[in-house]
Amino acid sequence: MCLAIPGKVVEIRGNTAIVDYNGIRKEARIDFVKDVRVGDYVIVHTGFAIEKIDEDEAIKSLKAWDEVLRDENE
Amino acid sequence: MRTNDILSAYRSRDIARRILQSIKKEAEKLSRPVKFMHVCGTHEDTVTRGGIRSLLPNNVSIVAGPGCPVCITPVEDIVKMMEIMRLAKESGEKITLTTFGDMYRIPTPRGSFADMRAQGHDVRIVYSIFDAYKISLKEKNLVVHFSPGFETTTAPTAGILESVENDGVENFKIYSVHRLTPPAVEALIKAGTSFDGLIDPGHVSTIIGVRGWEYITRKYGVPQVVAGFEPVDMLAAIYTLLKMINDGEVDIKNEYTRVVKYQGNTAAQEAIYKFFRVSDAKWRALGIIPNSGLELREKYNWIDIRSRYNPPTPSLPDLEKGCICGAVLRGYALPTECKLFGKVCTPETPVGPCMVSYEGTCHIFYKYGALI
Ligand code: SF4
Repeated sequence: MCLAIPGKVVEIRGNTAIVDYNGIRKEARIDFVKDVRVGDYVIVHTGFAIEKIDEDEAIKSLKAWDEVLRDENE
Repeated sequence: MRTNDILSAYRSRDIARRILQSIKKEAEKLSRPVKFMHVCGTHEDTVTRGGIRSLLPNNVSIVAGPGCPVCITPVEDIVKMMEIMRLAKESGEKITLTTFGDMYRIPTPRGSFADMRAQGHDVRIVYSIFDAYKISLKEKNLVVHFSPGFETTTAPTAGILESVENDGVENFKIYSVHRLTPPAVEALIKAGTSFDGLIDPGHVSTIIGVRGWEYITRKYGVPQVVAGFEPVDMLAAIYTLLKMINDGEVDIKNEYTRVVKYQGNTAAQEAIYKFFRVSDAKWRALGIIPNSGLELREKYNWIDIRSRYNPPTPSLPDLEKGCICGAVLRGYALPTECKLFGKVCTPETPVGPCMVSYEGTCHIFYKYGALI
């Protein structure tokens, strides 16, 4: 029930969006992610987008890990 | 890099292996064995599915805390909801009860919602409160959503309540059994559960932010890491906790920066506190926890089904004899220590709530055959 999954916003109509999860499309409310745009990735929980996924942050954090691990394992 | 690529990087075996190596190095420096607790069914799923416990050094263990909202939903409330349905039927009003699939099957000494359906009541499983609301717009019945869940699920509830208010919908009511997670962690600490680090649930944290957990570190000196749900997220959180312990650092860090903000989702927080107020609340098998429940504010009492039907709250035992769900939820025991696990108690014939829910530790252990 608590499961929240990432999906891509493909359409927006008012406070609902159509979100694509690897080919499966479902409606989700976007009340809590006001500045969301088509093409954004969001985390959806029980029919509501609860946050956008920040792609730049994801890349930055992976890079940071790569550095930490390189230092650690050298 | 596309998001799909990013997510697959968080599942990468290569990165996972490298973090594990670093975990081993840090573990060698420990002066005593350490125990980390998480409080999230989805984290338990990541740990058990990935076999993470068996990969960790012997002196690092992971326990599951009360991370399953339907497991801790009080028997009294489930039975009271059933009584409400009977009362309504007697008075000639038709109630459509909606709830989540796992809540539907949770056993109580007086049966489950599934049994109510077998007895001819209109009980429907929904994926979200949004679906329940849509039923109330289409049909004339009184639709009652039995609404469990932590902060992540309360936000959608508040979102729908906003619609109920704006659209003036009269035939949609809820029975809130929403709960807050940090007070439960605090209660466990006060009651003597000890752990050396806390892995904070990523999606609860999406709502309440890193700041929602800070006081646990400040007040009790417990290091914390907010973590996502891929194997790399979980391993990174474990590594970060070990590093903090070895460096003597007591802090809270955010590993799930791609989703969780320091302040959380403030729009969701505002919506939650617009409709709900905090109260002391019972958790099944854990007792009453101060400031851990959410009740509708007086102004919104009309959305609470209990303002229409309010039968007395029954007094019932939390668990069947032999079920150690309480110890599992406190992080004292793993399901395999329960004598009924896998023999008498299985997902098909669940004895306790922790075996029913997809987020229940017993269910997850059974599903992945974790017999360690
Ligand atoms: S295995 Fe079943 S009986 Fe044992 S603690 Fe888990 S839910 Fe309770």
